[in-house]
Amino acid sequence: MSVLTVRDLHVTYPPGVRAVRGISLEVGAGEVLGVVGESGSGKTALALAVLGLSPSGADVRGSVRLRGRELVGRSDAEMSLLRGRDIAMVFQDPLSALTPVHTVGDQIAETIRVHAGATRRAARTRAVELLDLVGIPDAPRRARAYPHEFSGGMRRRVMIAMAIANDPVALVADEPTGGLDVTVQAQILDVLRVAREATGAAVLLITHDLGVVAGVADRVMVMYAGRAVETAPVDQIYHRPRMPYTIGLLRSLPRADGTVRPVPIDGAPPSASAPPAGCAFAPRCPVALARCGDTVPEPAPVGPGGHRAACFNIEATADLDAVFPHRPAARRPEAPARHRRPVVLQVEDLVRHYRQRRGGPVHAVDGVTFDVRAGETLGLAGESGCGKTTVLMEILRLARPQRGRITVFGEDTAALAAADRKRLRRDLQVVFQDPFSSLDPRMRVADILAEPLSAHGMPGPKIQLRVRELLGVVGLQEEHACRYPRGLSGGEAQRVGIARALALEPRLLLLDEPVAALDASVQAGVLELLDELRARLGLSYLFVAHDLAVLRHVADRVAIMYHGRLMEIGAASAVYQRPAHPYTRALLDAVPLPDPLRERKRRRIPLQGDPPDPFAPPAGCRFRPRCPRYTALRNDALRRRCETSDPALHVLDPSVDRQVACHHAEGAK
Amino acid sequence: MTTFLLRRLAGHAVLVVLAASAAYLLAAAALDPRSNYADRSPRPPDAVVDAELTRLNLNDETPLPQRYAVWARGVLHGDFGRTWQGEPVNDELWRRLRVSLRLLAAGAVLGGVLGVLLGVYAASRNGRMPDRLITFGSFLLLAMPVFVLAVLLQLAARQVNEFTGLRLFEWVGESSPGAGEGPFGPLGGFGDRIRHLLLPTATIALAQFSLYCRYQRAMMLDVLDADFVRTARAKGLRRRDALLRHGLRTALIPMTTYFAYTFGLLLLGAMFTEKIFGWHGLGEWLVDSITRGDVNVVAAVNCFAAAAVLLAGLLSDVAYVVLDPRVRRRAA
Repeated sequence: MSVLTVRDLHVTYPPGVRAVRGISLEVGAGEVLGVVGESGSGKTALALAVLGLSPSGADVRGSVRLRGRELVGRSDAEMSLLRGRDIAMVFQDPLSALTPVHTVGDQIAETIRVHAGATRRAARTRAVELLDLVGIPDAPRRARAYPHEFSGGMRRRVMIAMAIANDPVALVADEPTGGLDVTVQAQILDVLRVAREATGAAVLLITHDLGVVAGVADRVMVMYAGRAVETAPVDQIYHRPRMPYTIGLLRSLPRADGTVRPVPIDGAPPSASAPPAGCAFAPRCPVALARCGDTVPEPAPVGPGGHRAACFNIEATADLDAVFPHRPAARRPEAPARHRRPVVLQVEDLVRHYRQRRGGPVHAVDGVTFDVRAGETLGLAGESGCGKTTVLMEILRLARPQRGRITVFGEDTAALAAADRKRLRRDLQVVFQDPFSSLDPRMRVADILAEPLSAHGMPGPKIQLRVRELLGVVGLQEEHACRYPRGLSGGEAQRVGIARALALEPRLLLLDEPVAALDASVQAGVLELLDELRARLGLSYLFVAHDLAVLRHVADRVAIMYHGRLMEIGAASAVYQRPAHPYTRALLDAVPLPDPLRERKRRRIPLQGDPPDPFAPPAGCRFRPRCPRYTALRNDALRRRCETSDPALHVLDPSVDRQVACHHAEGAK
Repeated sequence: MTTFLLRRLAGHAVLVVLAASAAYLLAAAALDPRSNYADRSPRPPDAVVDAELTRLNLNDETPLPQRYAVWARGVLHGDFGRTWQGEPVNDELWRRLRVSLRLLAAGAVLGGVLGVLLGVYAASRNGRMPDRLITFGSFLLLAMPVFVLAVLLQLAARQVNEFTGLRLFEWVGESSPGAGEGPFGPLGGFGDRIRHLLLPTATIALAQFSLYCRYQRAMMLDVLDADFVRTARAKGLRRRDALLRHGLRTALIPMTTYFAYTFGLLLLGAMFTEKIFGWHGLGEWLVDSITRGDVNVVAAVNCFAAAAVLLAGLLSDVAYVVLDPRVRRRAA
């Protein structure tokens, strides 16, 4: 019997934004329904409407039933009796979703006291138990801490503890792992599993990430432009998807195993204030029929297990390759062997410490050495706070580093005069993570692209030609030139960011998480563009990313960074196939696979703990406190080596391009 | 926490010294106490005037640094010198401070509390009738100078007094002579003081109210749609409870700074109110002393004002640390 039933739900936000346009779903006790959609698909609006928390002014129509009781149209007073007791929610951003001025223990206890009327003491005790259940170490003490004193992962645990405090029958989790490092994401998914088992609740798991739901959900509903386009048991969705959008979404995912290249879906989702008359996906759909443009397809059964898809052209989607065929890899020009190509960027023993008012210095970068040769991409990966962006910023400064040496195109940055530095900047450009915050909102695209050109003294008429040329290079139309950034989609804005970086014909691009803020279907397109540009213009990339699956498809070599230091560096194929450092292995293990069968079977050793605060590193190996290999060592002499001596990067096997900083690296003799 | 406070205190002490010195030097250089003697009849001989001015450390013939040194030495010993009539500044300063506090305390607190409450209410009814009425009222008050407000209140009070035939309101001075000797004894004296307080308190409260109301409304609007208020509602709190327990608690923090500094400044800024209602407080004294060229008084009041504002700042820092755990760790 289903616990939570939604029938034909419509949510409209003023002024006329149709966020949800007729959603129906059912979730049974102990079942997890994954709701997958890109930004703007209406998935958060759906979640808020289910709890009756839609912002004021929103128009909610249809039916939401919790154990048969209708929720739509109830007063705030009636709903407040149900919320937090029968139906609870885990919110997306736990820093802003927890009240900053109350301790987390009090905030959990409040949930209990509002409903159960327990005494303050009893509620506090229960709060500590809950914190313990969700895996917060030293729960009695941490219950007295404030939200800002927790890391991102720990705050999620607090949110989950709060949601399950009264054993709800239904739980709505909105992007519970959004913005987390993969290692922490794996931990949080485990906690969610524990929470579901402890409460037996029906779970609505909302996410943009198909990889996340694969291992957790029983059934999946795919949303597009406010409608459910496909609903099916989880295996069915991944192995026999029938709606073209689902197929495109699955094929656009980068995979850490590197088996297939991600395929982009061209175009962008429609605007929610003016949804198209027919199927919303029709303009981007490769198998659209004539009537897709004017009639909305209703979900119809297409397979076993209640598999329903909203598509007129089911015949065409039987063969997935006919819809979004896999593309061949961009042809890389025949390059000479690595050691023959010139070095474009060399970083030797780079150190960047930030002094603080109190406490020791922050060891953001603590001795990093690598080089990038012409025509190659070096991927720099690691958890948040490991110092990867700091490395990028130090290179970009083109100044003398605190310690070590940075050489760009053979010129030592410490010895540069101001004029040399400006000349060198032409060859070294950067693309930032958030395309919107890195474009001036008050400048038109044409002006944004012209600015670097005029700054380097290009005459006006030539600038116009170059701007037009640049738009073409990154796959934008000329009409984009007179738009403002807010009139662009995320993918288009990032293309403008790339065009701006290319304006001066650089030879080396520093890319700081260039696709992290983009939806998967758009991400693949930008990655493809970057790959193509590199081959065509002979560029070299230093590509910083936290997502190892993304790097797998763009990087020739990867460097894994932890706590200001490189743990492993080498050819991407070697590092991904046989990770030698336990940290690399843990990172790869934590990347979710968009494949429910393999995801369930996979035996992973989850990395414990949070990414470290970059204060004074521990004695010996800095990864030791979280290292599964160190924990497994039985020999005292071997353990002592990790505790006392800081491992340096060294070559394991001269025939493979790879160096590792571990005393007990895998594959070592 | 203590080291943080001590460091703040030390920084503020330096500021007070600078502000007071600047005030003294400016006042001593610009004001002319000698002219007071010129109007006397019979006009005293120059030698006598000189001697008197020198005795009071007000003589403009004495080089400024020398006068400053004398003044500063006195201040270090807690002595702000004498008025041009030869009375000690200290006694009068304390007396007038008490008058100002009696006048302001009730009005400032009342205005603050009222402003915060109505600001919160207006924000929670954002855009609807109550919000519009409160917004209109507070803008009306903001647009009205204090002296207009005070006179309007006096007119209204006169009407009430005439209508009821009782002297419910009084608007001159702090008390009527002989009020404490009536049939009710000291209680009657107290009642009389309250009667005198009503109008000036209302004036100050209304003027303060409008500012607090606007400010609190804006603060509250920021947290109205905050994620943590939504979380509180998802836990089962009603909208009103979520707004009060989670929203208001957070939105009040910036108000402490505002309240502290406003009160510090109000001590001097209430001169219109003091003048109109005939209370002999600090603000009135400052204005009068400037016209009389009474250098020591001007310097003393300014020094006191600087200390008051910085003390208020210190108190607001403490309040901030107490109220906002996010600051606590950085401060500790």
